[in-house]
Amino acid sequence: MSKFSKRMLRVLTLGMAGLALAGCSVAKSGGGKGTHQDKDTVKVGINIELSGTAAGYGSAEKQGIVLAASEINKAGGINVNGHKKKLKLLIRDNKSSIATSASVAAQLATKDRVAAVVGPATTNCGTAEIPNVTKASVPCVSPSATDPNYTRQKNGKVQPYAFRACFQDTFQGKSAAKFVDKKLKAKRVAVYADNSSDYGTGLAKAFKETYKGKIVDSQTYSAGDKDFNAVLTSFKSKKIDAIYVPGYYTELGLIIKQARQMGIKAPIVGGDGMCDPKLVQIVGAKNATNIYYTTPFSTNVAAKNPDSKAAKFIKAYRARYHSEAPTFSALAYDAVYLVKAAIEQQKSDDSVKVAAGLAKIKDFDGVTGRITMDKFHNPEMPIAIEKLTNGKVSDSFRVE
Amino acid sequence: MQTVLQQIINALSLGSIYALLALGYSMVYGIINLINFAHGDIYMLGAFFAYYVINVWHFNFITALLSAMIIGAVSGVVIEYFAYRPLRKSPRIAVLITAIGVSFLLENGMSYFVGSNARSFPQVIEQVNYNIGGVQISNVQILILVTALILMVSLQLIIQKTKMGRAMRAVSVDPAAAELVGVNVNHTISFTFALGSALAGAAGILIGMYYNQIDPLMGMTPGIKAFVAAVLGGIGSVPGASLGGFLIGILETFFQSIGLSAYKDAVVYLVLIVILLFLPAGIFGKNTKEKV
Repeated sequence: MSKFSKRMLRVLTLGMAGLALAGCSVAKSGGGKGTHQDKDTVKVGINIELSGTAAGYGSAEKQGIVLAASEINKAGGINVNGHKKKLKLLIRDNKSSIATSASVAAQLATKDRVAAVVGPATTNCGTAEIPNVTKASVPCVSPSATDPNYTRQKNGKVQPYAFRACFQDTFQGKSAAKFVDKKLKAKRVAVYADNSSDYGTGLAKAFKETYKGKIVDSQTYSAGDKDFNAVLTSFKSKKIDAIYVPGYYTELGLIIKQARQMGIKAPIVGGDGMCDPKLVQIVGAKNATNIYYTTPFSTNVAAKNPDSKAAKFIKAYRARYHSEAPTFSALAYDAVYLVKAAIEQQKSDDSVKVAAGLAKIKDFDGVTGRITMDKFHNPEMPIAIEKLTNGKVSDSFRVE
Repeated sequence: MQTVLQQIINALSLGSIYALLALGYSMVYGIINLINFAHGDIYMLGAFFAYYVINVWHFNFITALLSAMIIGAVSGVVIEYFAYRPLRKSPRIAVLITAIGVSFLLENGMSYFVGSNARSFPQVIEQVNYNIGGVQISNVQILILVTALILMVSLQLIIQKTKMGRAMRAVSVDPAAAELVGVNVNHTISFTFALGSALAGAAGILIGMYYNQIDPLMGMTPGIKAFVAAVLGGIGSVPGASLGGFLIGILETFFQSIGLSAYKDAVVYLVLIVILLFLPAGIFGKNTKEKV
């Protein structure tokens, strides 16, 4: 390296350090903690997976978010202490990367000075975001980070600025176990879990702890796998009554297809990661029979009450995007309305107040059900189980 | 017993895909000593092109297979011309890094243009299951095996019996000497890329039909596993690559069937390490001594 370029490097490094420091001072200036909005708009940052491995979920959530924002603005905006303000979204792609998620969060909270952040979709990216938003005292609401520890600090205390709009993994796993026990009356179950995500392992663990029958076999796969024939063949030889498959639809579609093709007729039960219309496309309608999954959002339940929030959401979604609303869009849609409810309840859009408002959410009428935040910032909401027959939702159950 | 036979069928269908991919790696390495990391992504391009022609132009299986192979071949030649040819005289590490770059370009470029969602592959052939003594085999599995075997045999014929094949072998032994006796090295290398990439394109449509699912990142893991298969069989050797592919398929299936599904990928990479340590030339590899 020449002398000149060394000097350049030093200047650049100093410059960058200076910028970083300037960023910190911005976060602290402006009177008190947190961010403040100007008089006509409320800025909400969106830190979401639009490319990379989790782009499928991120894109679905972005659609829900954009739909919610345009509805809110069409109705005049957010009512902040009697004054209607427009909602302005700042959408940033975190590329499904932990490092990018952290830097996007820092930028949104300290540079763009948003009132709240919605996203990311996955627990890993969500956890990476928390330190930066906490430093800036800006709340974040993840539509779908389901890991139980997401809203907790290492010492077990609640993360003051982290919220979510979905239920936790343990709850889903337990509900599925009770369902398999009581409704399906299965005595011998095989578990086939996605071990590349905390979601898959979390659900599997909760299921195994709650399920009372015999777990005949427990196997794992990882995201991106395509061939499951070997494991399914060994399941088949063990005479199972049901298979529990916590994971996401990309792989589950293939698992179900391959299981049905080799003649496994037993019920296959999964979590909300498989409730996406794409599942049936991959499986093929004929094979998508005797499939069950736990879900916060059931279009079937919604169709039974045409006046419900969910039914209206499905209609609005179809009008805008010409397809069935996936669960992830519904959760993200709720996340935006949760922020709105918090602002209106606190009569302020200062980020610290928004966080306080989110913690106090009670009986919020959302698309995914009636939501009340518990003291660990987890929404308490009902869970439904949907059954697929020939690719269509044929029945739905409530689990207590 | 039925379960064992069934697992063997599972292993062979998986192995034939790895074998098809490994052939491309092996051929390119044999000629210009380059590990073409973009190979797995050409397989993805083949799958996407087949998806397109089947959905839009309603091609049947044979025409879709041929067109995917042609697209694979064309993209292989184009990549070679623009990315690798200018670096022919550069150190090998520069070309290797370029190959990784091309791989990223194809993966993320496709994610950008078509979206990163997995999409379901149209069923050109209705799947039928045959039950032979309690062992199930589907027509798609048979088709994959047969297509893979036909392609492997014809590849071997091209390399051993044709003039171009002789030129390929000559270039792989000594490019400078081959040029002296009148072999057009650039043409030969392009032809090798075309051939290897056509096989990748074929593997793309076969995988699409078998698993009914394609996405822009589908080439990543199979690409790396096929690379392991090529090393295992002896990189640069055509029969070695086929054998390596089947061995990797069998190994993966075996570890899943005995209940160690969590370690199936680890085992494949462990094999890579063991082979590199104890048998660096692979099973069929040429053990050439380097003269100084």
